[in-house]
Amino acid sequence: MGKVFKKPEALSDVHTHYCPGCTHGIIHRLIAEVIDELGIRENTVGVAPVGCAVLIYDYFTLDFQESAHGRAPAMATGIKRVRPDLMVFTYQGDGDMASIGISEIIHAANRGEKFTSIFVNNAVYGMTGGQMAPTTLPGQRTTTSPEGRNVDEVGMPIRMAELLSSLATPGYIARHSVTSPKYINRTKKAIKKAFQYQMENRCFSLIEVISTCPTNWGMTPVEALKWAEDEMLQFYQLGEYKTPE
Amino acid sequence: MGKVLMKGNEAIGEAAIRAGCLNYFAYPITPQSEIAEYLSRRLPESGGVYLQGESEVAVSYMIFGAAGCGERVFTSSSSPGISLMSEGLSYIAGAELPCVFVNIMRGGPGLGGILPSQADYFQATKGGGHGDYHLMVLAPDSVQEAVDMVMESFRLAEKYRNPVMIIGDGLIGQMMEPVAFRDELKSEPLNKDVWASNGMSTRNSKTPNLVKSLFLSPEQLNAHNLKLKAKYEQMAREDLRFETYNMDADYKALIVSFGTMSRVCRTAIDDLKEEGIDVAMLRPQTVFPFPEKAIYDAALKKECKIVLSIEMNMGQMVEDVERSVKGQRPVEWYGKCGGEIPTPEEIQELVKSRL
Repeated sequence: MGKVFKKPEALSDVHTHYCPGCTHGIIHRLIAEVIDELGIRENTVGVAPVGCAVLIYDYFTLDFQESAHGRAPAMATGIKRVRPDLMVFTYQGDGDMASIGISEIIHAANRGEKFTSIFVNNAVYGMTGGQMAPTTLPGQRTTTSPEGRNVDEVGMPIRMAELLSSLATPGYIARHSVTSPKYINRTKKAIKKAFQYQMENRCFSLIEVISTCPTNWGMTPVEALKWAEDEMLQFYQLGEYKTPE
Repeated sequence: MGKVLMKGNEAIGEAAIRAGCLNYFAYPITPQSEIAEYLSRRLPESGGVYLQGESEVAVSYMIFGAAGCGERVFTSSSSPGISLMSEGLSYIAGAELPCVFVNIMRGGPGLGGILPSQADYFQATKGGGHGDYHLMVLAPDSVQEAVDMVMESFRLAEKYRNPVMIIGDGLIGQMMEPVAFRDELKSEPLNKDVWASNGMSTRNSKTPNLVKSLFLSPEQLNAHNLKLKAKYEQMAREDLRFETYNMDADYKALIVSFGTMSRVCRTAIDDLKEEGIDVAMLRPQTVFPFPEKAIYDAALKKECKIVLSIEMNMGQMVEDVERSVKGQRPVEWYGKCGGEIPTPEEIQELVKSRL
């Protein structure tokens, strides 16, 4: 009997540095499966972020360029403009994209750059140790909001999928989650659709993925999945926000 | 090809195209916006890429991405814009990417002014961004030399896999002078398939290429910094450039000056000669690497009593001149800022008062 389930070719055969229960591994795998299925591994350049996924290039068997914090969409623009034949994607966390890099992502989306952004939203800065992010929920405790996010002082969380969907330029924008098998399957379909739009040279695409951070949330992996579904999905509604049709 | 009369900024844009660079990303800023205006017309008709970025910060990473693919790319800006690009320059130098930055300098600090200046000497030659790195920095004194340096800069950037910066004061960008363009360079970017992250299939490779500046292990980062340092030392050995003026005479004073300022100094030297006073000039064409030994040797010529560093700033290159002269002769700075330029008469008076 042959293998019915194996590691995607686009993933390296190494251990990752991610914490137990972290969902980056799931999202990496979904991207790798899509790249395999579309047969684009040797024609793809990824752009690595600054954040927990800074070493993402160690986990994929394809070309990467490593960005500064928040600048991945500008770098992807440079790559895609001079090499429109390549498939290009950025992989960014919430601090990277929604805080320091919000200008770069808005303008890349508004220019309709033909690359794909995977936006991993777990409502906290992971690598630096659990500080408040632009996506931290009202009242959520972090190391820099010890009494909980006070929206009177720092405003409400930013909903990136909605914000980018308000642009008049056509694009494919969706928010999904990796907190349950059902949602994981939908996330993969969306990532595939995003890459297909890129292959057709149709539009900019962004998939926001609701994710967890058990370590910095101070929860077990199971508690973290439940918290993400109970709390985050209330504020961050899943679904397709914009399609190029 | 014969000479054509061209504005410096437009000539710089044309020179890049003729050097085989068909990719340009930029953000408008005075006094160099004509480069972008010129290329927004010329590049599309040449089959190239022109894109106006949302900020100089973003532009510096568009340059990173394009250079990271091994494609020839350049940008231009002016002082405040170069400050914003300095984050990207640090990453580009760290990732060892060949590309070219043109800085048509204006006065600072802050918004400063829009008139010609040489106040970004420190920023260009000492870093500007964080970490141990250097740009190779060329300083033209005419539109013709700006054109020649732009064309040469891509070869230098590729030879060293290092960003090259051309610093021209605002006069170089704004004035019109006759220029001749050398033959177009047909060369392809060097060895890019060895390192460029440009898709494995396009280079028939089975091993991914990674373009990055992160080295978490102390041994690796130290080794990386040593490699960069060796590169900067190689630049000093192989691509140091300077020009001398009236150096055969028994000069009493040595002037060190670069860019537009050196042209004023040349006039002062000619006028002093008519009065029977010989002064020589050494004009660095590369300000990094810096012609330390040549300045030392010139300063120590037996009749030479003083070395003057004359600049359109408040005394920046003078520190490198002092370093070069090693205390063997007195070194003084003279200069002006904000678009004010020392006149030949002022320089003559200065020289006479010191002899």
